[in-house]
Amino acid sequence: MLAYILRRMAGMVPTLLIISILIFFIIELPPGDYLSNQIDQLRAQGESASIAQLEFLRREFALDAPFWERYAVWVGLWPGPSGHLNGILQGNYGWSFEYSKPVDQVVSGTLLLTVVLNFATILFVYIVSFPIGIYSATRQYSWGDYGFTFLGYIGLATPNFLLGLILLFLMNEYFGVSIGGLMAPQFVGQPLSVDKMLSVLAHLVVPTIVIGTAGTAAMIRRLRANLLDELHRQYVTTARAKGLSERKVILKYPLRMALNPFIADIGNLIPSLVSGSVIVSVVLNLPTVGPVLLGALQSQDQYLAGFILLFVAVLTLIGMLVSDILLAMLDPRIRLGQETAS
Amino acid sequence: MTVLDVRNLVVEYHADGLVRAVDDVSFSIPEGKTVAVVGESGSGKSTISQAVMGLLPPPARIAGGSLYFRDNRPAADGEAATAGTVDLAALPRDSAAMRDIRGNRIAMIFQEPMTSLSPLHTIGDQIGEAGRLHRGMDAAAAREATRDMLRLVRFPDPDRALDAYPFELSGGLRQRAMIAMAMMCRPALLIADEPTTALDVTIQAEILKLLRDVQGELGMSILLITHDFGVVANMADEIVVVYHGRVVERGSAREIFTKPEHPYLKALLHAVPTFDMKERLSPIRPITPKLDGFGERCGGTPGEPLIKVDSVVKSFRLKKRGLFAPPKSVRAIDQVSFTINTGECLGLVGESGSGKTTMAMAIMRAFAPTSGTVSVREGEGWRDLATLSGADLLAYRRRVQLVFQDPFSSLNPRMSVNELIGEPMVIHDAGTKGSRAARVRDLMELVGLDPKFLRRYPHSLSGGQRQRVGIARALALRPDLLVCDEPVSALDVSVQAQVLNLLADLQRELNLTYLFVSHNLAVVDYLATRIAVMCHGRLVELGPTRAVIDNPLHPYTQALLTAVPDANLDRPLDFARLSAGRASDPSAWPEPYRLEPGAVPVMVEPEPGHFVCAPQMARVVKDAA
Repeated sequence: MLAYILRRMAGMVPTLLIISILIFFIIELPPGDYLSNQIDQLRAQGESASIAQLEFLRREFALDAPFWERYAVWVGLWPGPSGHLNGILQGNYGWSFEYSKPVDQVVSGTLLLTVVLNFATILFVYIVSFPIGIYSATRQYSWGDYGFTFLGYIGLATPNFLLGLILLFLMNEYFGVSIGGLMAPQFVGQPLSVDKMLSVLAHLVVPTIVIGTAGTAAMIRRLRANLLDELHRQYVTTARAKGLSERKVILKYPLRMALNPFIADIGNLIPSLVSGSVIVSVVLNLPTVGPVLLGALQSQDQYLAGFILLFVAVLTLIGMLVSDILLAMLDPRIRLGQETAS
Repeated sequence: MTVLDVRNLVVEYHADGLVRAVDDVSFSIPEGKTVAVVGESGSGKSTISQAVMGLLPPPARIAGGSLYFRDNRPAADGEAATAGTVDLAALPRDSAAMRDIRGNRIAMIFQEPMTSLSPLHTIGDQIGEAGRLHRGMDAAAAREATRDMLRLVRFPDPDRALDAYPFELSGGLRQRAMIAMAMMCRPALLIADEPTTALDVTIQAEILKLLRDVQGELGMSILLITHDFGVVANMADEIVVVYHGRVVERGSAREIFTKPEHPYLKALLHAVPTFDMKERLSPIRPITPKLDGFGERCGGTPGEPLIKVDSVVKSFRLKKRGLFAPPKSVRAIDQVSFTINTGECLGLVGESGSGKTTMAMAIMRAFAPTSGTVSVREGEGWRDLATLSGADLLAYRRRVQLVFQDPFSSLNPRMSVNELIGEPMVIHDAGTKGSRAARVRDLMELVGLDPKFLRRYPHSLSGGQRQRVGIARALALRPDLLVCDEPVSALDVSVQAQVLNLLADLQRELNLTYLFVSHNLAVVDYLATRIAVMCHGRLVELGPTRAVIDNPLHPYTQALLTAVPDANLDRPLDFARLSAGRASDPSAWPEPYRLEPGAVPVMVEPEPGHFVCAPQMARVVKDAA
């Protein structure tokens, strides 16, 4: 088992390397960079005074170097213009031109909130969809099943931003929660306190529901279908023939089998939750990385965009690793079935 | 003393109208005895067992009658022995009272040992569960009791098996684990629903022996649900024959086998192939094939070799275990040589995993052998299959056609019978549209199907009809060789006889050549001219049918023959001679047949035309020469 985990982690290194090359390549696809765009703009306006400074910056960030060198400097595999290794590997995540700040200062607050929000959403999706999915499968074609199916389709079909606006209004009207953001305005920039935590929790409710609804609906459908497949298997009858109660039968046997696809899915959920929530974050004015990433991509603030994308990739890989380890722990066929014929 | 008294049981299904699956069935099971309920699929025999267990599917319900179960509980710790009679039919399926009986006083084992156990839980956990549930055992006590049960069902290594997962065990061992699970609470009644149908004959014999041993040890009654009269003859004290949900005959085993009264029972007994059958099988629903539908007979001189298999080896690579571990490979076929002669039926026999299907696939050229050659006669010369490609290969495909095992999954459900039978001709671009249509009609009559069925889809045909469509499809291109891979093992006894007779008639009249792959020696005996026996990828015996069946030389062939249950009370299985699992271990065979791993299987010919694999005997002959 330990060897398996080590092997999986060793496999992540080349994967990450390839992903980082791809990210860097794609970000640089549009012609020019942030600074050369600025220079062009200044030229067009006839202001040549600050051009020299920008040219200096371009050299300083090695933006005039060839692609591979720029990439290697960014990652920290090649000495930059300053003469020594200073890239992501060394803990320097780059410079955001738009904010004129180091990237880590730009994203530090938003990344934490993004992770918190995503975690809450995943939890919400699993907690809500599991009981409903089990209920729908075990009472197939009952009124309850039809009811949840109907609700699920509504959940899938409602545009997220619309649902978000409606819920924001309702929360404000009945619970007095301020609109937008992830905390009440007076806590912004304040040190962490109990009141601030409570405010964050109250503000998490709407985005969690909004972002999670579609995922929940989809997961209910899939759990129902998976469980229905398993419920007719022979081993379920065997368990019943042992005299187990229906509840124990389902929780111990078919549910365990139906779980595999969901565990395998953890890794896939993370990127879709980050990128899928961009529009919602804009509408609800959430300080997550989604809108920051969007802005960075639009203005070609390449180190900022590159770092966020790399961060999502790392999250995804960790999610995959976690789901692989969980699968191996839960399913003996994966853990022990290595020697079966291919 | 009666354990279970079934009185006027009626079970109805409410799905698309009302269907009576079980209609006014009465019988009783005496203490310590075995009662067999016999019938074909759809006769309602499994529904009876489900009703007793309270495991009927939701659309079914008990509409009448009663199931009196005499529940004599032995004294458990802290509880006195109790006795009483309950009517199982009156208990709600999910009630605590029913659950207390289910798995505790009445236990059940199922047909499919491969799917009856959860793949995610250890054997020990699944077996011990019944003890924890009904006997209030804690985890340690349940583990101890499970170990005892595994010893009772003669698990080779009970301590290791406790923590093993089902996929690590063979089919026979899984069925043993199922029996251990059922025995956990020492039930008064064991229901065995086709307990050995999915197993190889040697394993079947072992499981039957085990059931009888355990029954003797624990003194329980068995309700045996089966369609196999061979099993019935070896197990049952009393027999109940059901047909369309009704009991047509009931009595002691001796009465049923010696004086069958009901025409259905008589027909059923005559439809089972047994050894040394001189007479023709009489199917319950005979068909009349129109044998002139094929056109002229197949060419070729009977007895002339058609396919030559020469020291063929096929190894498969196993999945890699680690980054640096060398890939392991396993030999599915190991230096097998034989010929198939024109106009004969070569029976290829072996247990699952013996390589018989792999051999058939090599002849079909589904893959190229790792070494050795398979060659086919082309006019006067021979052609190595490995050299075929493109148009030559397509032409070879016309000459060899396949009849599949499972008639349900081998026909595309979205194609009509007409399209199914005509498809090979479309693929090979044979004939015109008109001639194809006429040919399809002829083929339908050839296999005894009404041409009216041409517009139907497979789902509306019975298993036997589907298998005949499969045969018609295989014959559409007038092949030289028909490879039949277990063509009757998925069919009911009654239909099996029908298809076997059809295959026999077609071969005799049309000079067809068959390679007949099967694990059922009685079936092979009925059809084959010569028999080849395979074990662990090696050919161990090859000879004319009579010689192999009447005078088997190889210990493995002998073990196979001993293990076939005969539907005859006077020829019971010789349980004493069954050497537990050792017959299929080549390194445990006695001299001169012993084969060490990696040894070359050398064939010798002690009788003309009768070959046996005996490396040591070959050495003696060579030394003498």
